[in-house]
Order: sequence, then structure tokens, then C-alpha cells
Amino acid sequence: MGEHTIKLPDVGEGIAEAELVELHVKEGDLVREDDLLATVMTDKASVEIPSPREGEVIWIGAQVGDTVAIGSALVKLKVAGGDVAEAGDETPVAKPAAPPAATRGEKTVAAPISSAPAAPLARRTSKDQPATPRAVRRAPGEKPAASPAVRLKAREAGIDLRQVHGTGPAGRITHEDIDAFLSRGPMPVHGRGLSPKTDVTDVKVVGLRRRIAEKMTLSKSRIPHITIVEEVNVSPLEELRATLNRKPGPNHPKLTLLPFLMRAMVRALAEQPALNALYDDEAGVIHQHAAVHIGIATQTPSGLVVPVVKHAEARDLRDCSIELDRLAQRAREGTATREELTGSTITITSLGALGGLATTPVINHPEVAIVGVNKIAVRPVWDGTRFVPCKMMNLSSSFDHRVIDGWDAAVFVQRLKELLENPATIFVDP
Amino acid sequence: MTEITCQLVVIGAGPGGYVCAIRAGQLGLDTVLVERGKLGGSCLNVGCIPSKAMIHVAEEFEKLVDAASGKTPFGLSAAQPALDFKQAIAWKDGIVHRLNNGVAALLRKAKVKIVQGHARFRDGKTIVVETETGPKTIKAETVVIATGSAPVELPLLPFGGNVISSTGALSLTEVPKSFVVVGGGYIGLELGTAFAKLGSKVCVVEAQDSILPLYDAELTAPITGRLAALGVEVLSGARALGPTARGDGLRVETADGRERSLPADKILVTVGRQPVTAELGLEQLVLDMDDQFIRIGQRCETSMRGIYAIGDVTGEPMLAHRAMAQGEMVAEIAAGLPRAWDERCIPAICFTDPEIVSVGLSPNEARQRGLNIKVGQFPFVANGRAMTRHGEPGFVRVVARADNQRVIGMQAVGQGVSELSAAFGLAIEMGSVLQDVAGTIHAHPTLGEAIQEAAFRALGHAIHI
Repeated sequence: MGEHTIKLPDVGEGIAEAELVELHVKEGDLVREDDLLATVMTDKASVEIPSPREGEVIWIGAQVGDTVAIGSALVKLKVAGGDVAEAGDETPVAKPAAPPAATRGEKTVAAPISSAPAAPLARRTSKDQPATPRAVRRAPGEKPAASPAVRLKAREAGIDLRQVHGTGPAGRITHEDIDAFLSRGPMPVHGRGLSPKTDVTDVKVVGLRRRIAEKMTLSKSRIPHITIVEEVNVSPLEELRATLNRKPGPNHPKLTLLPFLMRAMVRALAEQPALNALYDDEAGVIHQHAAVHIGIATQTPSGLVVPVVKHAEARDLRDCSIELDRLAQRAREGTATREELTGSTITITSLGALGGLATTPVINHPEVAIVGVNKIAVRPVWDGTRFVPCKMMNLSSSFDHRVIDGWDAAVFVQRLKELLENPATIFVDP
Repeated sequence: MTEITCQLVVIGAGPGGYVCAIRAGQLGLDTVLVERGKLGGSCLNVGCIPSKAMIHVAEEFEKLVDAASGKTPFGLSAAQPALDFKQAIAWKDGIVHRLNNGVAALLRKAKVKIVQGHARFRDGKTIVVETETGPKTIKAETVVIATGSAPVELPLLPFGGNVISSTGALSLTEVPKSFVVVGGGYIGLELGTAFAKLGSKVCVVEAQDSILPLYDAELTAPITGRLAALGVEVLSGARALGPTARGDGLRVETADGRERSLPADKILVTVGRQPVTAELGLEQLVLDMDDQFIRIGQRCETSMRGIYAIGDVTGEPMLAHRAMAQGEMVAEIAAGLPRAWDERCIPAICFTDPEIVSVGLSPNEARQRGLNIKVGQFPFVANGRAMTRHGEPGFVRVVARADNQRVIGMQAVGQGVSELSAAFGLAIEMGSVLQDVAGTIHAHPTLGEAIQEAAFRALGHAIHI
């Protein structure tokens, strides 16, 4: 019997460490070649670490939430045949960005990196099953589905299987479900009337949530924000949008307001390049970008991510719309690549119909501006002689007050308002 | 009077009782098993086992008859066969005897004390057994009633003379020339078919509209066809009126209301089984009953604390394997383990020709329960193994819930399908969905492939049809 050490592979882009966000195996597990061992997260993309060969997991070098240095030992496998491993070397050692080198006796394998989808589970369940059985609510009096061994285990543990949630096909209760139930206790039963609750649920902040927390802290602690809220009459824009959507192209997604806003921003930023910039406050340099890479804050099942529409200045309205649609979908499915999630120079945040009257957007550090879209509502507007119903929308935009003065911020917001209220001007060459 | 005190006493050494006693012994309970007849009960002595032996003899004989008459499609020929029926009976008895001894050995190994004699309750904790050496009193913490069942007698056709029960049919000394079966349930058809193959002229009288009334027409159609081929006359919707005046036949009223006399050397009455509770002293107890059966709950407990009942004495389904499972469970309950009856299905088999096996719900039963179902049926005519063993009639059928694909019933009819019951039972007991069955590789060439294909068919993509 030999031993294989699987080290955290170099995930590229000069990254020295990655956070372990998921462990798919535990000590004693038998794994086959290509079985997933772990998922690590770098920046906002996750990387899966598959097993390079078959064996038994005998040692795991890190726990979920730990930050692991590239090149340090992650998992050790006991494998049939092969060299006998040297003892020792069970401490994860940081070897930043160095490809793992084979040392004497110990056979070291750099695990191949699979493509970088953010949700490993999606890949594992994507087997071509015609009709995956869904869990259907049990009818009253219907016996829960479980194998005889599971039923016996439940009976001996004093568990009423009807209270156990089954995760198997069609809601079948598995051994793991019983174990989970035992460690978690029964689901709270809804009693009659009100009752005080004293339980505290501890949720470990790991993975994407931790990344978000870190970025938000960084932004709010470093950047003195200034936020301007301005209202925009989008009635003409909405009319134009409705007209364009009436005859959608063959592969065109329905136009939302965002592609118009993106094009307006490109126009306004051309006049104020200082706002399309990254501020390296440690070096004391503002990098003004000619390219407009617009990050789009997107809510996904696992949390907030910001896919980036690259080179909005080179995309027309339809192109912006198509790219936006594609990225949003990939982000929601968890299949966006690291490339697609980084590199923005300015960001849009929109909550759509939930957008509220005004928001105080947090700047996507190290950018210097963010544009927040609030909900559209029909409001009475005084046109000088009477009230007319108009579709009104607020824009809440934040700026880094260290490098952007209030005046410049106000000019930018007014320019956006002007463009959006007269949508034809968005498309007229200057 | 000798007195025994023990932890558990089991009355009746049939499949329920002896299994209960063995399991209790394994669990370290001081156990006594009371039996007035032979170990193994109806099943082993006058039921499942001897009837299967006779069915086998009949099948082998029929093969030779077919060969002798040149009926086989593969050119087998043989001289006119002869059967030494006495030797066949002796062979059957030998098997029963070996199994009797086997049960005795297993009980000894489990340190179960066997008391031979008739048991009678004195009170809820005490029974008195009339043994050859006089009465024995047994006091036990837990009592298990496993007294089984006996054939039902028709008032117009009391057992005796030419009128026999299944027990009598299994101990005949010669093959009757004419054989009338009253009651077209599985017992009557199994024995009737066997005697037809052995050369009897068989007529089946069934009061209901069809034979095997508990099974649907699709399942029974191959049996009906085979009975016709064997020359068995089936009178459905007919009523037995009584023996003919000379005692050489049976008077029946046929479906169209006419009276007819059927010649019969032997009249086999198989119209059901009733629980054995007489002379048990149940009047000393306060047991709730379900009609004539003892009422039990989820743990086979009766209405009296410390008294359990298992097997046929508790009612339908009267099947040996149900009694065994109950016996095992009650022994564990008596030993203090947390157990309850939560089995999902009890397979039922007819060893007719061809065989029928049914596990879980049939399509009709499922629909009656208001379930929305999918049914996948695969005929053996498209199964290579069925063809190569010259047994193409029949099919495998899978019933699943339409909403979540859970398999809730599996049935089959065909040559040798009784052995498929294991796969059916496992699939349902494990809570399988159609994809589980379809995703299991079934060996080729076997009848079992039809199970996978039936599941595929329910999913809409059978390969071989």
C-alpha cells in the first residue's frame, strides 16, 4: 500500500492561498478517480479539486473555512500499490504559487484543476436523467419511504420517521437523513398560540458570504461615501423600451432598463473619465480606464456576486442586453468563471421592483462610483400648469469623496438624468 | 402436575410459532414451545411444502407425457411414462420429515423447550398442556398464540369419504380418475392442476365469476388458458349442492341455473381456511376478536397485556412468511426491543401453471386508493430466456406513483416467476423509484430482465418492445 498526497494546486493568477469552502470527503472514505475531494474559493470563483486516483482518505489537512496555501498538502490517500510514503510532513506548508515538486519517496500529485464553476453540486447532479423523481409532500397517513434498515435505525433511536425530511429520490429517507436528524433534533412543531423561542443558530461565515463581508468592510472602512439621489422621468424611455420589445429579434432577450442605463453611463463617463477609475489608495494612484467594464450586482442563491459586462463602450444596446442576460444567468447558475466576475471599473446595483425610494449603495472597492437604480413608480409631476402622471425612477449613486468632489458627482448624475429623460440623445453621436 | 415457569411460551409450532421461539431463544429468553401435532405446522406438514413437492412430481410427469406424445417443439421423445405414486408420496413425506427434524434441531440449538400436547388457557399467564404423561402447567410472562388455521368445511359437503380437504389431497394413495375441486382459489387450482397433469379428469367449481378472484383478469388469463389446455373444466359462477345420491360425484348448480352431476372419485373442498381457536380456552380470556380471528395491533399485541397472536389465527393474509415475520418481531418485543410491524408489502404467490406473484398494490387497488399511477408491463414473449425455456405466456408488471415514480406494486405471471418475488419485495421495501429498478443491471438472459424492461416501459422507453 502506498500513500498519495494531494496538494492544493496552483489555481493561477498569482494567487497564494485559497479558502476551503467545501469538503466532499471525510477520513475513511473511499474515493475513485475524479471524485470530488474539495472545493476551494479564490476571489469570487470556486475551484474543484478532484481526486487524481482511487484510494482511501486517511488524512485531511484543513477544515472548511480555513485558508490553505497553494502547494500545501490537502488530502492524503492510501492507495493500492505504489511507493511507501515517508512519514511526517503532515503540516500544511505554504509554497506560494510554486508548482508542487516531487520529493524523495513521497509521490506528490498536483490535482488537475477542473474548470471553475462556482457550484460544484450543479455539476454532480447534471447527469442525464430523463425525469428525476421529485419529493412530493406525503399525504396524511402515508408511510414515509425508507429502507427496512433505516426504519429499524429510526425505531431504535426513538425517531418518528414522519418527522424526518427525506433527501433521497421521491423523498426517501436515507441513513444520512437519520444521522442529520439525530444531530439536529426534531423540527420545531408549530404549537398553538405564541411561545418564546430561545434557540440561537450559529452560521459559520464561509465562502462567498465571507468574501462579501470582507469586501463590504473594506469599502465602508476606507471609502468616505457621498450619495446623491436624483429623480428621473423615464416615461419616454419606457415608451421606447416597450416599442423595441414589441418586436424582439430571434435571439434577443427582452430589453430591460439596464442596457439603456449602461449606454447612458458610457456616454456620461466619456465626458468624466475620472469616475471610471480604480483608486489604489496605498500607492496613491488613480487608474483611469478607457474601457468601461460595468459590474452588475446580482443576487444569486448563494449570495451577492458581481458579473462584469466588459467593454460596454464597444457594445450597442442589444449587445449589452445579450451579455447582461448571459452573465446574470451564469451567475445565478453558479457557473460564472473567475474572469467573468472580476475586472469592473464601475458598478450598477439594481433591486428592480424591490428597489425602494432611495438606497445608499456601497462602492465596489477600489472603484470610485456606483449607480443604484430604484423602482419605477407612476407619480404626479407638475409640468408648470398641471399635474401629469409620469413614470418616475430614482437613481441613488455613491462616490468616493476622497477623489470625487460633490460638484463632479452632481454633474455626472445630472448628465445621466438628461440622457435617460431624452433617450434619443443616448444614441446620437456627439 | 408438573409446573414450568418461563419467560415466553408459544402455542403452536407452525412457521410463526417456531420462528418466534427460535428468535426468542437466540435473544436469551427462557422459551417453551407447545405443539400438539408435528413441528412445522400446516405449512410444513400439510401445506406449502408437500404441495410444492407434488406439483414438482406432476410437472416432471407432464414433461414426459408431452415427450411421449411428441408434443415438444424441440423433438424430445420418450416411452410412455409411468409413475409409482406411492413412491412419489414417500419422497414428499421424506422431505417433510427432513424439515421436521431440521426445525427440531434449530429449536434445540436455540435452547427452546418443546412440550408436546394440547394447550389450554387457564388464565392470561397460565396454560395447561395435556401431554402423554399428564397435564403440565406453564406459567409465562409472555404468551404467543400461533395456533394457525384449518380448512373450512362446507355444511353440504362435510369432510369424510370422498370429500377431502387439502390435507387429504396430499395423502392420497393413488391418482383419482376424476377429481372435482370446489373453490377456485390458489390452493384448489394448485392441487387441481397437479392432479390434471398426473392424469385425473379435473373439474373446478367456483362460485365467483372467475377463478382466483383476488387477482385481476390480466394476471389470471394465462392460467385460464393453461387449464383449458390441460383439459381442466372450469365452472365459474357455479354452486356446489352436495354429493350425488350414490356418492360417486357432485351435484352443482351451474351459472345458467341448471343442475348438473359431476362424476368424482374425490371431491376436494378448498373454500377457505378458518382460525384454530377451539379448545384453546379463549373463554377464560377477554380477547377482542375480529369476527372469528384474534384482533391484533401493530406489535401483534392482543387486547390483553402480555398476550400476543401471530399468523393465520389473526386473519388474512394467511401466509407462512407473514407469520414468520410476525413471530420474529414478537420475540424481539418480548426481549424488550423496540419493534413494530411496518413492513410495506407481503408477497403472495400462486404456484399454479404458470405461476403468479403479486407484491404491493395492483393497478386496480392503487386506483381505488385514489392514487395517480403509471403502469409498465413487459411480456415474456419478448424475453429471450422465457423463449428458450419454452415458457412465453405471461408478463411482468410494475405499478408506480405518477407523481414521484415510487414503485408501489409489482406483479408477474409466467413460468418460474415465483422466484422474482424476492426482487419485487426488495424493490418495494427499499422504497425504490422506477429509475432505481431501471438503473439496476439485470443479468442476461434471465426472466428478471423483464422487471427492468417493465420499469423502462413505465418511464416510456422500453428497449425490447
